[in-house]
Amino acid sequence: MADTGRPRGEELPGRFKRPGVFQFCAYVLLVGFVILSFQGAGWSFSAILFGGPAMADFLSRAWPPSMERLPQLSAALLETFQMALAGTIIGVVVSLPLAVLAAKGLSRHTPISRIFYSSSRLLIAFFRTVPDLVWALVFVITVGLGPFAGTLAIAVDTVGFCGRFFAESMEDVEKGPSEALTAAGASKLDTIFCAVVPAAMPSFITTSLFALEKATRSSVVLGLVGAGGIGIELKVAMDFFDYQLAMTIILMIFVLVLCVERLGSIARNRILEGTPR
Amino acid sequence: MAQAQVQVTGVEAPVTISRTSTAESVRELSVSGLFKSFGKDKGILHGISFSVHRRESVALIGSNGAGKSTALRCALRLIEPDDGSVHLFDDEITSMQLSRLRKVRADVGFVFQKHNLVPRISALSNVLHGNLGRVGGMRGWSQLFASTALRERAMSCLDRVGLADQAMKRADQLSGGQSQRVAIARALMQEPRMIVADEPVASLDPIAGQEVMELFHQLTQEKGITLLFTSHNVEQALAYSDRVIAIRRGTIVLDAASNTLSLSDLSKHYG
Repeated sequence: MADTGRPRGEELPGRFKRPGVFQFCAYVLLVGFVILSFQGAGWSFSAILFGGPAMADFLSRAWPPSMERLPQLSAALLETFQMALAGTIIGVVVSLPLAVLAAKGLSRHTPISRIFYSSSRLLIAFFRTVPDLVWALVFVITVGLGPFAGTLAIAVDTVGFCGRFFAESMEDVEKGPSEALTAAGASKLDTIFCAVVPAAMPSFITTSLFALEKATRSSVVLGLVGAGGIGIELKVAMDFFDYQLAMTIILMIFVLVLCVERLGSIARNRILEGTPR
Repeated sequence: MAQAQVQVTGVEAPVTISRTSTAESVRELSVSGLFKSFGKDKGILHGISFSVHRRESVALIGSNGAGKSTALRCALRLIEPDDGSVHLFDDEITSMQLSRLRKVRADVGFVFQKHNLVPRISALSNVLHGNLGRVGGMRGWSQLFASTALRERAMSCLDRVGLADQAMKRADQLSGGQSQRVAIARALMQEPRMIVADEPVASLDPIAGQEVMELFHQLTQEKGITLLFTSHNVEQALAYSDRVIAIRRGTIVLDAASNTLSLSDLSKHYG
């Protein structure tokens, strides 16, 4: 008999653990629901197949892109990015204190702290779960048509996005430095700003730059509901079947988003490797 | 004054430490009947009592899980003890309000096994953090905002541990030995009456560990700082302490002057 090198009396463990009845039923239900979801979403291969000529027709009518309104479109594109940048900055600034309140283990164990903790988590969750397009509609009603409504919508959406990730990154930092500062007599606030925030900074920077990229994409869509930026130009071009102008706008958006993503990546690396303070 | 001579091996060249005890009769730390458990059936400390006198160096030894680190943390209320009392300097701290406790903690430099420096920021800013118990707010957060006087004091602390030339290096780019030296400089920034060190050389190689213990030795002799440290290295425990306390399963099983003990007396408390 060949020597397997295995200790005697020890059975070779199975590759998979056999699921229990409940677990097996849960898997079956999950697979069934995924199949139903495709059905519910109206998934149709034939529609894709027959939609091909229509797409080709659109592309042939959209090419070459129109350069007629390039200066006006450039101004609208700049406005789109300005909305994204301003909204992201406001959102990140507001997120920080909210995230400190919403991070588990950062506040003291008092009833007031618990109220602040629960309220801030609820607020962040509310900001995150309501889509930015809905916020844009709300702010168009509140502050009127234009880029300010879009900026506010992006800011609120950013609070929802960054607030959650900032809080989670602060919860995940190593506890040692905080303990060291507490032992030295530092206050809770000092400990947060000296030990927790610097340790979570890489995550803050990455999240903020992702938020800017996300906001740049969102700010295009927000224009469709009158919240400023180049989105409204795209809607008008499509409504008037001016596909050549629409193609120009689509390509401009593509270049903007690509630039923001590339610059964000460079900035992220530069900041993370930066000199200490 | 009691004198002790111990040879420390395990490093390239054996070092002979000659200690002169400068301990005074005043108690700096007095722990009485301390109990701590983490959940049911997880008792760590079972009513331990010990004291540390001014200018004394005390080594706390015991195997992993014996309760050494918990005892140190309970002594500063970094972990709340379940029962018992702790007198630190002139105050009973177990029932003390947090704001007052912070002032008491400011006089105790705590050095951790894993250094516990804040990564990504400079060694100088890390040292400045030692002063947060006295100067809080933005001026104490970073060397960017600190006063010139504070920056100079932090630099002199770094100079004392031989790392003035590394002041602007990121803490996470320092070696283990350098990190522990910065942690000691941070404790020195507190101008402490007492240093509590939890296995300060456990994560260092023998040479770096020896250097760190030597530094502690010099500081306690020069500045008259009281030292309480835990260690698994019985040679170092004997060489750098006036007194050794051994803990076994949350109970003190030995409390004796170092010059009355041999290595075999300490080794039997392991395993």
